[in-house]
Amino acid sequence: MMNQTAVPEVAVDWRRALRIGLLGGAVALYVCLVGMVEVFDARALVAGVITLGQTSMVLAGVGAAYMAIRGQSLDRNRAALAGVLAGAVTGAFPAVLVVVSEVVNLRAMFLRASPGTTDVLTLGLGVGGAWVPILVLAVVGGATGLLLTARSDIRQPTSAALLALLLVGLFAGLLRPPLLASTVTAALGRFLLSDNGLTLPGAVFMVIAAVVGRLVRRRISLRSRLAALPPARKRALTPAALVALLLLVLWLPHGIGPFFAQVVAVVVLYVLMGLGLNITLGLAGLLDLGFVAFFAVGAYTVGLLTSTAEYGIALWPFWAAVPFAVLLAMAFGAFFGLPILGIRGDYLAIATLGFGEIIRILAGSDLLKGLLGGPRGIINIPKPVEVPPDHLLAGPIQIYYIGLVAALVVAFVAIRLRASRLGRAWIAIREDEDVAEALGINLVQTKLLAYMLGAAFAGLGGAIFAGLLGSIFASSVTLFVSINVAALIIVGGMGSIPGVVVGAIFLIGVPELFREFSDYRFLFYGAALIAMMLFRPEGLLPSRIVQRELHVPKSDENGDAPAEGDGPATELSPGTAG
Amino acid sequence: MSLLEAVQVTKRFGGLSAVRALDFSIDEGSIVSVIGPNGAGKTTFFNCIAGFYHPEEGKILFGGKPIHGLRRDQIAHLGIARTYQNIRLFAKMTALENILVGQHHQLHASWIGAIANNASVRTEEAAAVDEARRLLRFVGLAGKGDAMADKLPYGDQRRLEIARALATKPKLLLLDEPTAGMNPAETARMTDFIRSLRDGLGITILLIEHQMRVVMGISERIAVLDYGEKIAEGTAREIQTNPKVIEAYLGSGGAADVPQHVQDDVDAAPATGG
Repeated sequence: MMNQTAVPEVAVDWRRALRIGLLGGAVALYVCLVGMVEVFDARALVAGVITLGQTSMVLAGVGAAYMAIRGQSLDRNRAALAGVLAGAVTGAFPAVLVVVSEVVNLRAMFLRASPGTTDVLTLGLGVGGAWVPILVLAVVGGATGLLLTARSDIRQPTSAALLALLLVGLFAGLLRPPLLASTVTAALGRFLLSDNGLTLPGAVFMVIAAVVGRLVRRRISLRSRLAALPPARKRALTPAALVALLLLVLWLPHGIGPFFAQVVAVVVLYVLMGLGLNITLGLAGLLDLGFVAFFAVGAYTVGLLTSTAEYGIALWPFWAAVPFAVLLAMAFGAFFGLPILGIRGDYLAIATLGFGEIIRILAGSDLLKGLLGGPRGIINIPKPVEVPPDHLLAGPIQIYYIGLVAALVVAFVAIRLRASRLGRAWIAIREDEDVAEALGINLVQTKLLAYMLGAAFAGLGGAIFAGLLGSIFASSVTLFVSINVAALIIVGGMGSIPGVVVGAIFLIGVPELFREFSDYRFLFYGAALIAMMLFRPEGLLPSRIVQRELHVPKSDENGDAPAEGDGPATELSPGTAG
Repeated sequence: MSLLEAVQVTKRFGGLSAVRALDFSIDEGSIVSVIGPNGAGKTTFFNCIAGFYHPEEGKILFGGKPIHGLRRDQIAHLGIARTYQNIRLFAKMTALENILVGQHHQLHASWIGAIANNASVRTEEAAAVDEARRLLRFVGLAGKGDAMADKLPYGDQRRLEIARALATKPKLLLLDEPTAGMNPAETARMTDFIRSLRDGLGITILLIEHQMRVVMGISERIAVLDYGEKIAEGTAREIQTNPKVIEAYLGSGGAADVPQHVQDDVDAAPATGG
């Protein structure tokens, strides 16, 4: 990244520290100007001690210091100095902002740059406290430098404690309901968590727990113990872990309260659709951005067939409508796919994008208002299972289980197809469709199958969604459904089933926990996608093959040679006439 | 009897005829080479046979049936397989999977069958893997089935590409410079191997080749292309003594006789024979 000068390797690269500090400062400034710091300030990490708004500034300093020190073998003092510099430069930007916003009315241009931001940045001191962010971030940067160069028996427990604080504080809202639900854990829940972040004693407890946990783990080293187990016991452990995981997954919607039950139900439905798109995009390489079209077909079909309100036409039970919705979505897939599957790559993405938009506009149009209800949509879609409100399967919980079963079915189908002649044909087409065709693979048939299966699973997702929401509107079938599904595959890891689960949790589940920050949702999305592409293009949990492909230096023996080149250069170059 | 017959085949790119009024035939069970200077139209002719290009004029008959205008997969089903001048393996698949893709057309599992994975599908799949391993052994890649295709050494990649083509059970195999980039010992082994394909498996072979030692050693007949036209055809001995061929390769002032516009067109030709 940086120019490797010939100076001794322990010297601080001041220019790098400065440059990273400027970058970090730009990020911090942006975060302040869009009003994120102020909005985040309403939520506490540790109640009464530090807010999320302050945390975001601290993290900017930590990040800048880390980037400035990373990959260099600096001693402790120099690392601390580099960290101080990077942190102070980062902090200078918000400091300047504090001063400037006092003099100039920034809100003419930046609507969200309110005086509240100044209060957060200066800890309530006003413009006279403009030095606060510089000092605080310099200290934070220096501390980061010290921590990174500390002995591992100090560094690891400290990092663990900070990480535990951050995670538990962030997800306090998610952790509190299950703890309070049971009388056994309610006392612990109240001790650890307030209704806004960790309590102070809870924070102290978390720090101690993380440090002790980390130290104990170092002492006993779970992994080596595991390795030392007799093989029979080890074999017994895997099913035990699976059963534990299964129980956790089954318990989840009951333990976390009705709001989060709805969230996990949505996550599961996105997992289902992600697995479906993984066949189209991950295996066959068809970039389908019109996924929402089939989602809409599935949702509206279930709506029309089951609704007890105005636009319902059949009053079918949910269970009869779903297979019909899936088949219809598949038929739409065939209808859309046939004319466009000859298009390659990016062009296909644009064409499918168009289809998605056509469906959305049709659904909300006056033309089909008599059929689909226009913007007012179809309401009164019955739940799959009608139960009293306090029943075990009430509300989103039943959808969660239905979605879970459906996702397992899709995963099973995907695994089986991947291992078959069709899976190989799809990958071959993704790799080189000319060669695949010359080996006897019918491109249209094979691509169409992948496209239709993706459509079917999108339809299934839409159908179950209709059951979850009890209604379907034109406004719920937007482009963002397609983008969400594509993005979660990319973030999770293309072609990897655990990756889809992780991607759905990160991109669908986590944003729901921060509902009050929903204005910034797509900002995070964009940042997350860019960061993924830069640092981990294979995704969070990639399939092994993709990971190998992206991280092993590629031998350039085939591929980029010009079409009429003489093949790879060897000492015996085939000349015109040997 | 001729297995493949090209009658007056012309392929143009814009104003340039990369292949012009070409008559050509291959007898079943023979090895025929196409040679010629760079840009002579050899690979273009290959691409016309395999369905990568569709000729503007003329006919290509395979086993007496016209194949010009068919899709590549249809041509492959009829029994024509090819390799590429720049190796085009499926890089992200293993060697074994590459060969299994070649067997696609001989396998019959439907998508529902593949999901159900019933006994007949499992049997078929197991037989396909056995056949793929047999092909790997046959081309000398035994034990390398699990290697990623792009991690194989260059010579192995060439052989794997041939194995993949053989997996389609072709009657006619088109080899585009199979010895390109090989040293003399590898070239000799490859020459013997190509001969064994014909002698052992009865596959008719059409070869584009630059190394005269290979061409002269194994071809029953040789066709010489120059500027898209066939300028000579015959046995190795006839070709070696043909004055037109010598002129095409060595020039002898002959290049000056070629009209300038033709030369320009040939230089601008996309993907003409190399």
